[in-house]
Amino acid sequence: MLEVRNVRTGYGETEILRGVNLTVAEGEIVAVLGSNGVGKSTLNMALSGILPLWSGEIEFTGHRIDQRSPAEIVEAGLVQVPEGRKIFPNLTVEENLELGNYRGDRSRRKAMVADVYATFGRLKERRRQYAGTLSGGEQQMLAIGRGMMSAPRLLILDEPSLGLSPLLVEEMFTLIGRLAGEGLTILLVEQNVMQSLEIASRAYILENGEVVVEGAARDLREDARLRQAYLGL
Amino acid sequence: MYPIPIIAEALINGLMLGAVYALVAVGLTLIYGVLHIVNFAHGAFLTLSMFGIWLLWEHAGLDPYLSILMLTPIMFGLGYGVQRFIIGPAGHGRDNSILLVTLGISIVIENGLLVVFKSDTRTIATDYGFRVIEIGPLLLSWPRAVGFVATMATAVIVWLILNRTDVGKAIRAVAKEKLGARLVGIDVNHIYAMTFALGSACLAVAAGLLMPVFYVNPQTGGAFVLVAFTIVVLGGMGSVTGALLGGLLIGVVEAASSLFLGDSLGQLGIFVLFILVLLFKPTGLFGARI
Repeated sequence: MLEVRNVRTGYGETEILRGVNLTVAEGEIVAVLGSNGVGKSTLNMALSGILPLWSGEIEFTGHRIDQRSPAEIVEAGLVQVPEGRKIFPNLTVEENLELGNYRGDRSRRKAMVADVYATFGRLKERRRQYAGTLSGGEQQMLAIGRGMMSAPRLLILDEPSLGLSPLLVEEMFTLIGRLAGEGLTILLVEQNVMQSLEIASRAYILENGEVVVEGAARDLREDARLRQAYLGL
Repeated sequence: MYPIPIIAEALINGLMLGAVYALVAVGLTLIYGVLHIVNFAHGAFLTLSMFGIWLLWEHAGLDPYLSILMLTPIMFGLGYGVQRFIIGPAGHGRDNSILLVTLGISIVIENGLLVVFKSDTRTIATDYGFRVIEIGPLLLSWPRAVGFVATMATAVIVWLILNRTDVGKAIRAVAKEKLGARLVGIDVNHIYAMTFALGSACLAVAAGLLMPVFYVNPQTGGAFVLVAFTIVVLGGMGSVTGALLGGLLIGVVEAASSLFLGDSLGQLGIFVLFILVLLFKPTGLFGARI
């Protein structure tokens, strides 16, 4: 479904990604792991068309998307829930959700909002509240809900567990598993290694802007040497 | 001390003039709130709109209030085009470049107008320019009353656009969270241009309301925008409601200081208030929320 081939990019003169290769098949949860500053979020910005590539190709559902605008990429169904949520603090919860559907089919909007409320009861309670007044966990729910409103075929989740209490982290991973169970393909970018490996089918470990290890999540989980070398566990 | 009706009359007329100030300020604060730049071309756009109204009167015999309906879409389109095809590309996303580009545009417009219209001052003599409404002992200016009502109507329309349409919600979203907006598929450059368009359209309305009671020459817009800047800061930079309330307040303050200090010192009150606000509540009287 998603194929990333030899992607190189960075900011200004600084190269961050030095030829990244990665694939995601339909229905998979694929984890991209690695510590801070290895280029995980840069990869996401490149995938969403925010950061232009220096070289390499990105193909999504059989079409090149690396020259496309962020809006076209969202329309194609590659949707990102960014690190730090990036919700609209000055808009109400419901307005945030509506804007998730900005490029979508307006006639289905009401039904989609109702779907999100069915998944996240808390958001329904707070629908008229400004998003900036929500707690961290609620903001993360809203960010995911807003992503769902774009009718994603592949959802990129960038650090969804960041800044959440252990209990909420648990809840977040349960939710990700449930979304995948409903047929959504997920690219999970995380620092939370063990829990990511538990729900992912495959994983990539990024170091210094390169994929250093890739494999089935189960194998990575059990390989003590790998865990020590790259994941600091 | 003046008799109460005279004071009341002056304050109400001031309030109504303030409404038109507010309209100019709403456009300015909207552009500031979303693009985070001070639009130096705002005054020149107002002057341009006022000449537009004057031309339609002089050559087509069109009533200034009717001309608003014609000029608003034109200024909307012009605002969109100028942001999308001049300010955006020439500014390269750097705030100080954008600032200078808007300054450049204002110089080009002002001097273009000077070439075409010379520095003569033009007025429109309508038969309602000096009409008054009698309410009990009060004599209120009819064109200012129209200005007040039309400003309130325009403010409601702007509010509806910002709060009830997708484009409006996108404008508010871009104002506070640009990356988040791009990630839901909002074309930020289009939204910037729409914001500029909306701000410029407000000027067309203001110009039509001003011309029956005011004059225009190639520098006229500048004077209004100076007051509008004051209102924007007073109301909280980027706050549309703040600009509206701030404009009304400024109108009243100006009227009061004209009455008590004399006409030539009318604007003194505005700037004294401005300095006080900067000293004691620098975020503006009404806070910033777009």
